[in-house]
Amino acid sequence: MTALGTVVLAVAALGLFALGAALGHAGARRQQENPADVGTPVERATFHTLHTASLAAPPLRAGLTPDTARKAARRLRPLLGTVALALADEESVLAWDGTGEHHRAAAAARPAHTARTRTFPLTCPDARCPVRWGVVVPLTVDGRAAGALAAFTDRESAVVVRAAEEVARWVSVQLELVDLDRARSGAIEAEIRALRAQISPHFVYNSLASIASFVRTDPERARELLLEFADFTRYSFRRGGDFTTLAEELRSIEQYLELARARFGRRLEVTLRIAPEVLPVTLPFLCLQPLVENALKHGLEESVERGRITITAEDEGTEARVVIEDDGVGMDPQRLRDLLRGRGGPSAGIGLSNVDMRLRQVYGDDHGLVIETGVGAGTKITVRLPKFHPGSAR
Amino acid sequence: MNQTYGIAGVSAVVLATVLVGALGLRISRTTSDFYVASRSVPPRLNAFAVSGEYLSAASFLGVAGLVLAQGADMLWFPIGYTAGFLVLLAFVAAPLRRSGAYTLPDFAEARLESRAVRRIASVLVVGVGWLYLLPQLRGAGLILRLLTGAPGWFGGLVVAVVVTVAVAAGGMRSITFVQAFQYWLKLTALLVPAVFLLIAWRADRAPAPAWDERPVFQRSTRVATDRPLTLTVHAPVRVTVTGTVDGRPLDGPLTLGAGTHRVGPGTTLGFPRGAPVPLPDGGGPGTAPTGWAQPLSAGREQHGLYATYGLILATFLGTMGLPHVVVRFYTNPDGGAARRTTVVVLGLLGAFYLLVPLYGVLGRLYAPDLLLTGDTDAAVLVLPQRLIGGPGGDLLGALVAGGACAAFLSTVSGLTMSVAGVLAQDVLPTLGIRHFRLATLPAIAVPTAASTVVTDLPVADAVGLAFAVSASSFCPLLLLGIWWRGLTPPGAVAGLLLGGGSALTAVTVTIAGGATSGPLHTLLAWPAVWSVPAGFAAMVLISLATRHRVPASAAATMARLHLPEPPRGPATAPGAGPKRSRERRP
Repeated sequence: MTALGTVVLAVAALGLFALGAALGHAGARRQQENPADVGTPVERATFHTLHTASLAAPPLRAGLTPDTARKAARRLRPLLGTVALALADEESVLAWDGTGEHHRAAAAARPAHTARTRTFPLTCPDARCPVRWGVVVPLTVDGRAAGALAAFTDRESAVVVRAAEEVARWVSVQLELVDLDRARSGAIEAEIRALRAQISPHFVYNSLASIASFVRTDPERARELLLEFADFTRYSFRRGGDFTTLAEELRSIEQYLELARARFGRRLEVTLRIAPEVLPVTLPFLCLQPLVENALKHGLEESVERGRITITAEDEGTEARVVIEDDGVGMDPQRLRDLLRGRGGPSAGIGLSNVDMRLRQVYGDDHGLVIETGVGAGTKITVRLPKFHPGSAR
Repeated sequence: MNQTYGIAGVSAVVLATVLVGALGLRISRTTSDFYVASRSVPPRLNAFAVSGEYLSAASFLGVAGLVLAQGADMLWFPIGYTAGFLVLLAFVAAPLRRSGAYTLPDFAEARLESRAVRRIASVLVVGVGWLYLLPQLRGAGLILRLLTGAPGWFGGLVVAVVVTVAVAAGGMRSITFVQAFQYWLKLTALLVPAVFLLIAWRADRAPAPAWDERPVFQRSTRVATDRPLTLTVHAPVRVTVTGTVDGRPLDGPLTLGAGTHRVGPGTTLGFPRGAPVPLPDGGGPGTAPTGWAQPLSAGREQHGLYATYGLILATFLGTMGLPHVVVRFYTNPDGGAARRTTVVVLGLLGAFYLLVPLYGVLGRLYAPDLLLTGDTDAAVLVLPQRLIGGPGGDLLGALVAGGACAAFLSTVSGLTMSVAGVLAQDVLPTLGIRHFRLATLPAIAVPTAASTVVTDLPVADAVGLAFAVSASSFCPLLLLGIWWRGLTPPGAVAGLLLGGGSALTAVTVTIAGGATSGPLHTLLAWPAVWSVPAGFAAMVLISLATRHRVPASAAATMARLHLPEPPRGPATAPGAGPKRSRERRP
């Protein structure tokens, strides 16, 4: 039966492909682990030591927890060549690698945060137990004790003491880097929080002024606009939650445009074309509103003619594509480039570069703003938002 | 069936689909009324869309064909297809929506924070999608063959090209409206002809099917063969022949004596009214002469009970893992709306599936010759012409053909989109996220190629296989992921690989025709009975063994999945339009 034959062939080909891919992957990995057998034995030993140390670094860089300590101890013990190695924080022994784990309690009884290196003999009822002697070296971070490293052998050895001290120093450096990492991510978070766009004072002033102009002529309209304004500010000033949904963001944009219409009247034409499928998409808070503000500024404020703003949200498989377009005066691409790199001076276009930066920070560099513009040719800004983002749901 | 009418029906459906898609796109809002722009899809509309996307060629054609061939046991298909949504409603819908996941790999990543689980889930999603696409394309081929006489692979290719072009050109923009429209189209295409068929059946003095006997030709029937057939005749019957019988070229009346006769390809046989259908004794599946109306006795070889449980498990638990269904729940604004959508879907599917067995029973009465030629999937298509005939029958036939066309168009486009999304995002990341449209090509090319190779598999059976894979991999992942905080990434990997992998292997062997009879074939053709427990057991046991690997944020994730969302602004609150809400405020 030819059909059966073809299918069997296809399955066999797939199987071969998978096997080949697996072998290639394994081969590549092996090659990575043994870069090349070059150099003298001493050089090779150095390579080996450096490589082992580099393998222990990633878990340590995540801080000292039972899980990371276990992974790190597994890599560090071959470095020392002792029968057992333990890592402890200020309170307890986190990980024990090697034999003789029944001494764990004894090691824990030692004051872990010793100020200096200590050696001590151990007694064991088991005659075959190789753990007879131990050395405890403190781990210090910024001058204070953060834990201890203990190595155990069958006899006293000055070499082990020296090696343990060196390894402990290396571990201490890694732990200091943890603090640095923490400080850096804290700085990034603070930056994101600071970047959280704020509504421009001009807008508040302009809105209130145009509402005031309606108070006598059309009190009902003025009341509606004031409620619009209240809603808009409630959304913009809200605390907590760095993410919002496209539906809420669009709602806020509608309020914004309603207020703008009070000011510009018939000069402003707005078209919204929103695919309802993408409304639940989550996105960084207030990252479309500045773009609309920008469009309004270039579409209307800098000219006296009518202006049209088109906002489109489309479904693109795993992403949503939002396009904000105006037919205003446009912008010189070179100037725009400077703006996005933050070289536009303090007054110009904080909004655009701010949004661009936040999008890149949240979704990665390939999700920044895409802006098409030219002098007198209007502006078209495209934002692509992934429908699912691991961080945004929280 | 009349070709002109049929082609007109199919063309009308394609045209209407394109029009609704394009018009939905044009409904844009200008300044005066743009408040409606930020209003989400209401649960009812989304339910229409879910049903429209879900009711595939397997439901429209396949179930009736299976009921015609194998009888009462096959009623589990429509029950299972619907009941799957009950499980989804009770255990999955709202938490899945609250997880914020768009696809199943997204859910795996959100719950377990592991790229490895995500990648395995992606591969399985593609596998299930392809398995589900395969019978849809075969159904398309069947319809085009009946309409135009084109070879079977041609129709699948046409649909594949149409869908690829539509997706690549971005023509499926207002997809919710298109799918909702397709649901009503499908329901109409079954309901209207069903009314007329019942009237015609009454006018025919309402004959009951011969429940426990061989089917009988109710009317004089002409059977055209396109491949060699073997007839088993028990009592001599006088037929008219054009073609070859028993190796002799004939043109005229002939009396077939008791015994077996070989009929050459391209032969037309005219059977008189009241003659029993010359089916072989206990030949292939579904031709067993007795026990058609009795559960667990007809067809399905010797293991009716086992096969039935396999079918029930697969369809009840498999629905939640179908990629195109999961994707649609993302459109709901929150968990509550997801639940409401599912409730409406249950009603809509129930209404649709009430009609399907009717076609099966009427087919048993009026189109038993399909059992001879093996084209039982065509029962729904040929019935209007058989029973009513004339221009009326042709028109109703065109309506049914259009509905069938809608069935595979909606499902194929939905599946292709979801498979392409997963392919672009997870499996072929080198393509880059921007190349979603490029990914539609492999998404549909593979099942199209497979559908030209695999020829003899009933449409509904093939869909059952996709359900089995989904039930043994994604059902454990979703149920345990949502309801058990102890699930760990290694456990999920083990469950997906063991449950999904074993089911996928069994299904591949079945489709490739590896085992065609005996207990081994039954085991492999209905894998859900053993693969679903295997998937669950692997996930639970390995998770228990790797307790320390429970993701640190498991508690927070569980809270998010199960706690109702905080009330949102008026924009997403159902029923609270901005105008009204503004007036309610002091």
